[in-house]
Formats: sequence, C-alpha cells, structure tokens
Amino acid sequence: MREPRWFQWVRGVGLCLLTLFTVIPLYVMVTTSVKPLSDVQDTFQWWPSVLTPQPYVDMWSTVRLADYFVNSVVVSLGAAAFSVLIALFAAYAISRYRFRGRDVFRFTVLSTQMFPGILFLLPLYLIYATVGQATGIVLQGSHIGLIITYLTFSLPFSIWMLVSYFDSIPVDLDEAAFIDGAGPVQTLWRVVIPAAKPGIAAVSIYAFMTAWGETLFASIMTDADSTTLAIGLREYSTQSTVYWNEVMSASLVVSIPVVLGFLALQRYLVQGLTAGAVK
Amino acid sequence: MTVTSTPRAAPTSGAEPNGSRRRRPRLSKRSVPYLLLAPALFFELLVHIVPMLGGLWMSFLRLNQFFLREWMSAPFTGLANYRFALDFDGAAGVELLQSFGVTAAFSVITVGVSWVLGLAAALFLQRSFPGRTLLRGLFLVPYALPIYTSVMIWKFMLDRSDGMVNATLSDLGLGGERFWLLGNNAFLSLTITAVWRLWPFAFLALMAGLQSIPTDIYDAAAVDGAGLWQQIRTITVPMLSPVSQVLILVLFLWTFNDFNVPYLLFDQAVPSSANLISIHIYQNSFLTWNFGLGSAMSTLLLLFLLVITAGYLMLTSRRSRNA
Amino acid sequence: MRHRRLSGVIVLILVLMSSLLAGCAREQDDGRTLTYWASNQGNSPQQDRRILNEEFEKFTARTGIEVNVEVIGWGDLLNKILGSAVSGVGPDVVNLGNTWAASLQATGAFVPFTEERMRQLGGRERFLETSMSSTGMPGRPPSSVPLYGLSYGVFYNKAMFREAGIEQPPSNWSEFVDVARRLTRPSQEQWGMTLAGASYTENAHFAFMLGNQEGAQLFDSDGRATFASPPMVTGVQRYVELMSEYEVVNPDDAEIGSATEAVGNFANGEAGMLVAQNSAIAAIRAAGMADSQWGVFPLPVPEPMPEGGEAVRSHVAGTNIAVYRNSDNKEAAVELVEFLTSAEEQSILNEKYGSLPVVTDAYDNPAFDTKALRTFSSVLAESSKRVPMIPNENRFETTVGAAVRDLFARAGTDRSVSRSDIADALDEAQQKMRSGGGSTR
Repeated sequence: MREPRWFQWVRGVGLCLLTLFTVIPLYVMVTTSVKPLSDVQDTFQWWPSVLTPQPYVDMWSTVRLADYFVNSVVVSLGAAAFSVLIALFAAYAISRYRFRGRDVFRFTVLSTQMFPGILFLLPLYLIYATVGQATGIVLQGSHIGLIITYLTFSLPFSIWMLVSYFDSIPVDLDEAAFIDGAGPVQTLWRVVIPAAKPGIAAVSIYAFMTAWGETLFASIMTDADSTTLAIGLREYSTQSTVYWNEVMSASLVVSIPVVLGFLALQRYLVQGLTAGAVK
Repeated sequence: MTVTSTPRAAPTSGAEPNGSRRRRPRLSKRSVPYLLLAPALFFELLVHIVPMLGGLWMSFLRLNQFFLREWMSAPFTGLANYRFALDFDGAAGVELLQSFGVTAAFSVITVGVSWVLGLAAALFLQRSFPGRTLLRGLFLVPYALPIYTSVMIWKFMLDRSDGMVNATLSDLGLGGERFWLLGNNAFLSLTITAVWRLWPFAFLALMAGLQSIPTDIYDAAAVDGAGLWQQIRTITVPMLSPVSQVLILVLFLWTFNDFNVPYLLFDQAVPSSANLISIHIYQNSFLTWNFGLGSAMSTLLLLFLLVITAGYLMLTSRRSRNA
Repeated sequence: MRHRRLSGVIVLILVLMSSLLAGCAREQDDGRTLTYWASNQGNSPQQDRRILNEEFEKFTARTGIEVNVEVIGWGDLLNKILGSAVSGVGPDVVNLGNTWAASLQATGAFVPFTEERMRQLGGRERFLETSMSSTGMPGRPPSSVPLYGLSYGVFYNKAMFREAGIEQPPSNWSEFVDVARRLTRPSQEQWGMTLAGASYTENAHFAFMLGNQEGAQLFDSDGRATFASPPMVTGVQRYVELMSEYEVVNPDDAEIGSATEAVGNFANGEAGMLVAQNSAIAAIRAAGMADSQWGVFPLPVPEPMPEGGEAVRSHVAGTNIAVYRNSDNKEAAVELVEFLTSAEEQSILNEKYGSLPVVTDAYDNPAFDTKALRTFSSVLAESSKRVPMIPNENRFETTVGAAVRDLFARAGTDRSVSRSDIADALDEAQQKMRSGGGSTR
C-alpha cells in the first residue's frame, strides 16, 4: 500500500505522542527509584539531586520483599501451570467433540468473566473455610487456595483461546493418530499440543499475569506466610512516611521478569489472538 | 466472546463445511469429553458458580454484623435489600444510580479511547521501519506491568503538592495547583490511568487482526483509486470488526467490573466522581458490614452485565450475518 | 484401553492437586501454639514483629506456649477480622481498634471477659477507666480489653512559635485559631497546622471531639443518628473552616489520606502544629525531628463553653485485644492477654511503641514521665470521651468521615464552604445512617 505524505506526518506525530504517553510514567518510575527520600518528598524534579542506589538496598529490609516475591512466583506459576493444563483438556473436548451440554458449558464458563469479584469474594472465603474445617486442608491464606482461585480467573480466556486454536488445527492430523491406535490423551499430547505451542505460550503468560497482579482476593485470602507482592508492596506506604523511592525500585525489580517474559512471548499472544479471533 | 466462534460451535455439525469430514464415531465413547471437562468444571463450580449462587442467596438475607457469625441462620428478608438499593427517593438509591452513571461513563470512555489508540498504533506500526520492534515492545510495557505498579506510578505523578503533573503544568504556566485525586478531576485521573494500562491490549489484539487482512485487498482498492483514508475506512475497520467486537466486549467487562485501579489510586477515600460500582459495593458491604445489601447490589450489576452482553452478542452476530 | 488411560490422566491431575493440598495443609494445632494477629503499632511491620517476638520468648519460657505472630496493617485488619468472624477460622488472639469494640462485639466472635476472666487479669480496677469504657457495649461483659492507650494532643514546633513571638500555648479555641494564623506564611510554604483531610477515620474523630465540645450528641435516646444537629454542624464547621475560612491549613492537606502523612508535613517544618495521637511521637522521631524541637498541649476547647458542651479533648483512642470464641485453646489465649496486660509488658511495649499504658501500675516507668506523655496520659485519663459503644459505630465513622472529606475537597479547590453546605452534607450522612438498608435495630 502506498502511503501518502500526510499519513507519514500523522504517523510521525502520532507515534511521538504515544511514545511520550507510554514513556513518561516509566521514566518517572525509573528516576524516582534512584532518588533519595528527601527528593521524593519535595516538589517533583525531572532529575534526581543525587543518584543513589540506596532504595534498591533498603527496599529489602523495609518490607519482606524477598518472601513476597517468592510467594508471588509460586502462586502465579502454579496458577498458570494448572490453568493451562486444565484448559488444554477442556478445550480439546470442546474443539473435537460434540456432546450434550457443550454449549451450556462454554457459555457458563465465559459468563463467569462477567462476575463481579466483589459478589463472590465473601462466599468463596466461606467455602474455603468450610472445606478447611471439614477436611483439614487449609485453603484460605495458603498458596494452594490462591492458586485455585487464580487459575479459574484465567480459565475462561484460556479455554476460549485454545478452542479457537485447536479449531485451526486440521482434524486430519488427529485422525491419522487414531488410525495409528492412539487414544485421546496421546493424540492431544503428540499431535495437538505440539501444533498449538504458540497458543499455549500465549495462554500461559496471560494466566501468569492475571495471578501476578490480583489485589482484591489477595487482600483477604493471604496471611503472613502467603502474602503476595500486590499486597506486600502496599506496606511501603502504611508506615510513618510513604517510601516512594523504594516503592518504585521494588516495583521495578519485581516487574522486570514479568515484562521481559511478556515481551518475549507476546508474539505468541498475537498469533493466538489471530488464530482465535480473526477467523 | 462467543461471537466469532459461534458458527463452529453450532451443534448442527452437518451445516459446517468440514463437519462431514470429521468422523466422530471413533471417539464416540460418551464419557470422554465429560472426563476431559471434569477438572475445569470442578474448579469453575468451586470458585465461580457455587460462590455466585451463595452471593445470590445472601442478597435475600439480612446479613449484618449481628448475623455474620451465624450467617446460616440470618433472617430471610425477601426482596428488601433490592427494594432498598433501588429506592431512588432515598440517599442510598441515588448514590447507587450516580455510581452506576460514573461507571458507565468511565467504561465507555476508557474502552473507546483504548480502541482508538490501539488502532492508531497498530496502523502506524504496520509497515516496517527501523525501530518498529522497539516501539512495539515499548507500547506493550504498561500492560505487562502489575496493576499495583502502574497505579502507584500515576498516583505519585498526580499528587497535588509534589506530583509531576502539577510541576509540569506550573512550569508551562498553566496553573498547577490542581487536585487530581479529589473532586471532579478524579474521574479524569482514573480514566487516564485505566487507559494507560489497557490500550496496549487493544493494540495487541488489533495488530493481530491487521496481520490477517490479506494485502491484495488493499492493492485492489488502490487500483480502484481509493485513498489511504478510504482504505482504512472501507477495508481495515470492517475487516477488523470480528476482532473489535470481541475486544470491545472484553474491555467493557474488565472496566465495568474494575476494582483495583480506583481502590489503589485513591486508597479508601474514593471521591464520588470516581466511585465505580465495584467500589460502591465494597463500601456498602465490607465497610458497613451489610453484606446482604452489598450482595443485592452485586446481583443487580451481574444482571445488568448479562443483559448488556447478551444484547451486544445478538446485535453483533446479526450484523455480521447480514454483512 | 484408551479411555482408561484418559481417566488415568484425569485422576492423576486430581491426585496431584490433592497431594499438593495435603502438602500445603498446615500442621494441626497441638494446643500449645497460639496465633496472634497484631496490629501495626510501630514504624513497620518488621519492627513490630521483632519487638513482639522478643517479648514472647519470655512468655514461652514461662508458660511453654508458643506464639505465632502475624502483623497486619490497619488497612486490612478489619476485613480480616470480619472474614475470620464469619468463617470461624482465624487466630486465637487479635488486636482491634477500640472504636470497633461494640461493632465487633455484636458479631459474637469474641470471648466475653467475664468477672472471673477479668480477675485473672488483675481486676477491672487495674485498667484506666476511660480505656476500659471503650471495650464493648455498656452493661455487657467486655468482649475485649485495652492494650495500648492513645489520645489526641496538639504538637507544636517550638522554633516556629518563638519566631512568631508566641510564648504561651493557646488555652482556648479562638486563641488556637489566632496562633495558627500567626504561624501561616504561605509564601514560605509554612502553614499554621496540618491535618489528614482525606482520612475518614481522622475526620470522624474530629467531628466527634469538636461536636461534643459544642454539646452535640451523635445519637438520640432511641439510638437514631442525629448528625445534622446545629451543634454538630458548628463542630464540623470549626474543623473545615481551618482550611476554608482562616486558610491556616495547606489546601494540599485535603488530599492526605492518613494521619502519618500529616506527621511528615509537621516534621518537615511545613506546618507549625499538628493535632495527632501520641503514636505520632515515634513517627516524628523517625522523620528526624528531635524531641527538644517540639512540644505538646491539649486540644483547646471554646471559651466560654457552649451550652451542653463538654471539654472533650480526645476520644478514648487505642488498641484493644480480644480472644476468639473459635480458639481451640482459650485458656492459653487468656494467658497471653494476661501477659500482655501485665505491668511489666505494658511498660516495655508501650515505651517501645510510644503509646500509653492502659493499666495504672505500669506508669512507674520513668519513660512515661516526660512532659509530652504526661499531657497525653492526663488527657486520656481525664478529658477523653469514648465514642458511642453501639454496634453501628463503624457506620458513623464511614458516613460522617466521608462527608467531612468531601467538604475538605471543596475547601481545597478554592470553593468556600458555607454553614448550609456543611448542614446538607451531614444531613445526607444522617439519612444514610438512618436508612442503613435494614441493618439498624
């Protein structure tokens, strides 16, 4: 497609504005993280009066950042792994089988995306408590409780995306495997999953991020041993002052792995979305 | 969400072009799909469906601090909570209505702006040029940041006395004594923060959509003498509509139910101009311990979203069938 | 064959998950370990944990009971208490803000401190009468006992007072306003006083104190809210006027969401006075202001006193401690309460946290004999009044506190706030409180 001159102008200006919009807050985050506390408490300066690595040192002792980080990693990885695994089975069933209740299931799962978290927060807490009393398995305040909660948050999207992905994989491949005597699990494992790798990557990163950032449920369902970053980072501001510089340095450190992971895998998310939505 | 794949989902497999080729009998053992679905079903029931029904039940109870501990025996009040929430002559009903209006405005503006920005960026980055990959990665960063981080950055920038926004405004001679987290400006702050972290998702989805539009359509249009603007209007946007439909619905549901952004941005002091419905419900249940009323409000919200979504799906699927 | 394999895989997943569950399941209570939810009293949860664990070593050595401490920020504490009250799963012992005492008592989640249990703690008389009045609904055995005592006072910056030629702390409200005006120099970014205008709890406390000084009652004899009475409006007006009318408060303060942020302004020298609880002392020190640089005087009252007004200089502030009804080991839990309210621990903990002992026999410690702490303790013991001990107290804080917050937002954005604006705002709060969605009794 030939681009007229005006479009090149519009593009230049548009990209500049979008870049500014994106970069300025990021710049503020990075520079604030190397400012001394006195700078942060005073009128905003574009450049720190002194560049100091101190916030990066202090942030570990002001709050139990390392523990929170480990908790978040455990919870998010667990939620992502189970979410993907469970979604694979469900998506395979929906994509490859016609059975009674199929549409009901699809619609119900999708409609859970609409549920306001605030509606089922307290009942869910009660259910976890009841399960705990009945079986001795502690769900509220434990990693596993959070994993279960979060895996279902990403499940609808994961299933939906994998279904569209599987739909784009020719059934002939499955049939070839059947003729070779493979069962559904083997077919899923040997044929469908390898062909759907990008979709799986995309779903994994989505599920991970969903769990990584959740605040509302974490605020009630965590205790001292399972506090995640989303809750733990708030401790920088519940003390005698708000340690803005440490908030920013800690946020930066804990965001980098996620951002890098996301950027590395975003291409699969694009492919997944293409396979899904665009058809 | 179901829109795009509805045709495939239709159980009348004979209507599907490849339906006849799919020979199911080999997998006919009835239990197989149910077994495959079992884990998903189990967790959905545990975390979503049963608690949702629980919430529905609670909305008919007088569930306040006197009955919290013995919530099983809280008195049944029928529709009293609903009547109270919807009594638009009383203070509570008016507040709910106002909060609903704020949420609707917030949602529509956030989704609209995110879509426009996402489309613009996707179009701008369609043709390759040096630095394109870099920009693409950069634009996606806000979406990848944890919600807490993005909101705290904005909170820091919007502070009245020491924030970057006011400092810059006063350097430019545009005042700079403004409150961004109080009064009516709070709505703007909330919207900007939400757009900042959501538009990259729109960008990502629309970029994916653009890639699937075959280039020869454009070539054909160019031969017919269509200008670029015309091509965008008559080819790109319509061809993107399946993506857009899903995208807009997803963004709408996310923003309408948004709790984290206002909660983190304003702490517990959410100004009424930014009092989104989730926050309003939170305040009416967790701060006042009136969980019956809070559940009734959430149920109303859920009903509203169901109606809107169903309407939206019917409208868009009819339009795409007509197209 | 195939299907058996499929079932196998599904079963495997479930087994995997449940083994994870089992792995994560906590060890059963042996009855010798107590879980204690401590509120954040010091400068950081970390510091709290250190202080408490140090003391609990003594407790464990004496009784053989282990204590598992979890420090919970004030922002999450009430929600977590609620969650555990509803579910019946929670700690054995918990801290709570003493203004919540009646509301939480209504849930029935806590063990009542009967006469017998009170005797175990050394008797009711050991405790400060005011602090003891804020432990539950009158006429019922308290569901919590005081732990840390707090009261309001006015902190002032000595250097700024000298510089402005103020020799005496103000003795009544109009002198107070006058002093604040003399301290205010907006061009030098110096203000008469600072306050947390966006904090609904702080606002509710001020509405309570100043309203009481004017003779307002929050509830009539039938327990109905009377927030919009003329004396109440006057009380709130006196507070908001500091920003809107006299302009002795930085409009920025309308955005301050917590008392601790206001402490920062005071310690940085941006404000000459700060009305705060004695817990602010630790924060002022932490912010680098030496003890010699500030003084304290009691919150002034109007002169002459309006009809029906009381010389309320603080509400009875502080932290209480309670034992859960669901605790597997109530006796050990009460022992822990006994330990924490003992003269020795009261003296140690309150010194470390900068709060006031709630038992009279802990005041021998010279650390409490400073001029500032004497001021706070005499306010707490003599001129503080408890907030109404009714189950709906929490709703008074949320409704009135939010109304005052909105008034400050208007005052901060250059719009003057008239008396009728205040009356309207309070009237709305009263309506919300009265209607209450079927929750009022």
